Amino acid sequence: MTHHLAKIALTEMQAELRDQAMKFCADKSPIAKVRALLTDERGYDPDVWQEMADLGWLGIAIPETHEGLGLELADIVPVAEAMGKYLMASPFISTTLAAQAILFGGSDRQKAEWLPKLASGTVATVALFEPSGAWDLDTVEGETKTFVLNADAAEIIVTTVRHDGQTRLALIPRDRIEVERETIIDETKRSYRFDVPKVTEDDLMPADLTAAALDRIELVANLMQSAELSGAAMACVDYTVDYLKTRKQFGKVIGAFQALKHPTVDAFIDAEGARSLLYAAATHVEKQGDGEIAVRMANAKAQGALSYAADRSIQFHGGFGFTYDCDAQLYRRVAMFAASQFGDAAFHRARLAELLL
Amino acid sequence: MISVEDFAAGADAWFAEHTPRDVPFMMPLTFMEVGTDEQFEFLRDWQNTVYKAGYLGAHWPTDYGGGGLTQKHQDAATRAMRKHGAPIMLNAIGIGWAGPLILDTGTEEEKRKYLPGILSADDIWCQGFSEPDNGSDLGNAQLKAVRDGDEYVLNGSKIWTTQGNYAKYMILLARTDFDAPNKYAGLSFFLAPMRIPGVETTKIRKLTGEYGFTQTFFTDARIPADTLMGEEGGGWKVAMRTLEYERGARGGQAGGYTISQTDPLEVVGLAKRAMRNGKPALEDPVMRDRLMAQMIEAQAMMANRERSKIMPLVQEKPFALPMLSKLQFTEYARETGELALELEGAQGGYYVGDEASREDGYWQRSYLNAFSATIGGGTSQIQRNIVGEHVLGLPKTR
Repeated sequence: MTHHLAKIALTEMQAELRDQAMKFCADKSPIAKVRALLTDERGYDPDVWQEMADLGWLGIAIPETHEGLGLELADIVPVAEAMGKYLMASPFISTTLAAQAILFGGSDRQKAEWLPKLASGTVATVALFEPSGAWDLDTVEGETKTFVLNADAAEIIVTTVRHDGQTRLALIPRDRIEVERETIIDETKRSYRFDVPKVTEDDLMPADLTAAALDRIELVANLMQSAELSGAAMACVDYTVDYLKTRKQFGKVIGAFQALKHPTVDAFIDAEGARSLLYAAATHVEKQGDGEIAVRMANAKAQGALSYAADRSIQFHGGFGFTYDCDAQLYRRVAMFAASQFGDAAFHRARLAELLL
Repeated sequence: MISVEDFAAGADAWFAEHTPRDVPFMMPLTFMEVGTDEQFEFLRDWQNTVYKAGYLGAHWPTDYGGGGLTQKHQDAATRAMRKHGAPIMLNAIGIGWAGPLILDTGTEEEKRKYLPGILSADDIWCQGFSEPDNGSDLGNAQLKAVRDGDEYVLNGSKIWTTQGNYAKYMILLARTDFDAPNKYAGLSFFLAPMRIPGVETTKIRKLTGEYGFTQTFFTDARIPADTLMGEEGGGWKVAMRTLEYERGARGGQAGGYTISQTDPLEVVGLAKRAMRNGKPALEDPVMRDRLMAQMIEAQAMMANRERSKIMPLVQEKPFALPMLSKLQFTEYARETGELALELEGAQGGYYVGDEASREDGYWQRSYLNAFSATIGGGTSQIQRNIVGEHVLGLPKTR
């Protein structure tokens, strides 16, 4: 019933993009840089962000008519995967989500005004969550938005609002919004809360496109998060393996002990499976119905894979694993925060059960 | 030569017509589950019938009983077998391991002597690798083979000999030199006859209550010296090559299948029918969650297989996916069996043969039998060592 969704297609360009993105992120986001940015107010390096824009990455899935590259959603995956692998901080995901929201839910005027800017490096984000914690994006009850990533740096924020008894999407310029930084578990990211200001007719996106735009945001968010987590899971397993190859106890390199070796192999197998499901999801994401199944499977798997890999990484680093200096905590926190966004693994499995049974 | 298309069409029609239906006994799903004479005779006849129709060993040379066609022809026949759900090929060790080994490395005389009987199932083969005290540590095999004139004299025991009680020949790993510089260098490989004085087999009763394996005892059993395969002391290399055939890393097998492939998602069908606590199992949110987790695992394995064919997506560790597939699949199958029993609720308490059991105890039996694969062919724990050491580069445990 889902066999056909296991097929993976990889274009030559995606392979090249993957190589390019991996090299770029390795170069721009060594662990010392990641650590330095943890305490930076903005949380990312604007020069690196501009380089990403110059490479065209922000316009990958924006049509050429709006000055993007006009490629596919699948072509974003290699970039998000590389950023996840190197824990690279940037507003890439939030800006991409905003662009997709405008592309699928915006009026012609809104598209023409904003998509070319976003393609060239203007930071944007989406505001979809409320303090109630509901993952159903259609549920808008209050005036406060939370978990709005990179809101401070954004020039424009796509937010859900309650308008005339309906859930609507609105495009609100940052200068009309008072944001407050939140303390979140993943310190490589910047998250804010704000009270939604009064929206004008001008701000609103067309009502008839709301549902499609929300579906699109959820799909793209889950796909990109799968890529980020899958990349991080591979890196986390490598990080653990490096330690197991060098640390000695009882006169032995500890990787020789099966109590450490076997769970590490299990973490590796999980991470490999997450990668395969990620590429399968990228292959099928644009197919009606099938796309959601493939993406939720990949996301549930990637969340589990990174959580397990990082949990064991902390444990297997022993006393060092309990310190702030050990990178295992960074990976664990990425997974913990991911579970709060757009649904945790159990949520995806529940949705899959509805779709598949 | 007949075209592959025509051959495939012929095979399709033949299996459509000849695949046996409604057999009045439990059909073994793998060659390791042949526990009764009735099952054995039936499957031997079936393999013989398939062979005579030209759909087994189609690509082996005609001089050795094969069809003289190509691998593509045989693959088409094997596909037809699967499509029509035909019973398994019985002579698994011969078809899959001993046969290709002899075909690739045997002498002309050995090929003529052994290969035709493998295809026709007249000569059943078994494997003598594992010993009661040396299972995972195969290189430490201790069965003694001492040269005496034109013969070797065998003393010791082999275990987990599939179809040992029916076999005419055994591929045998034995120790010919106890003073060799290392344990591997003392091993030799034989194509040993089984129906000789001094060889006895005892059936092993499996945890399911059924049979399928034997233990084989050698007491001053004399085999001709020319049954040695390769050189004396070179047995480990031959055994490793044999394992490559077993694990599918090397081709040349006579074709067909000896383990019927179950769809990893078969359990979804059960979930839709099963009842728990008087209600459909699928109304239970915990069961739904576990079922989805299992489906995601199945999907990950299928996607792994797809990815393994795409070089840029496996370049960091090119051999990782094939090396972990045995561990992953066999553990998956075992866990699926566990889940199936939970889905069955109270009905999980019945067993094969009871009228109230669901699908005649298929999942109970399949869960218990799943351990044959998580233990046999290198236990899951040994597999984790292999993946840890050879893929991740962790230091050796031993």
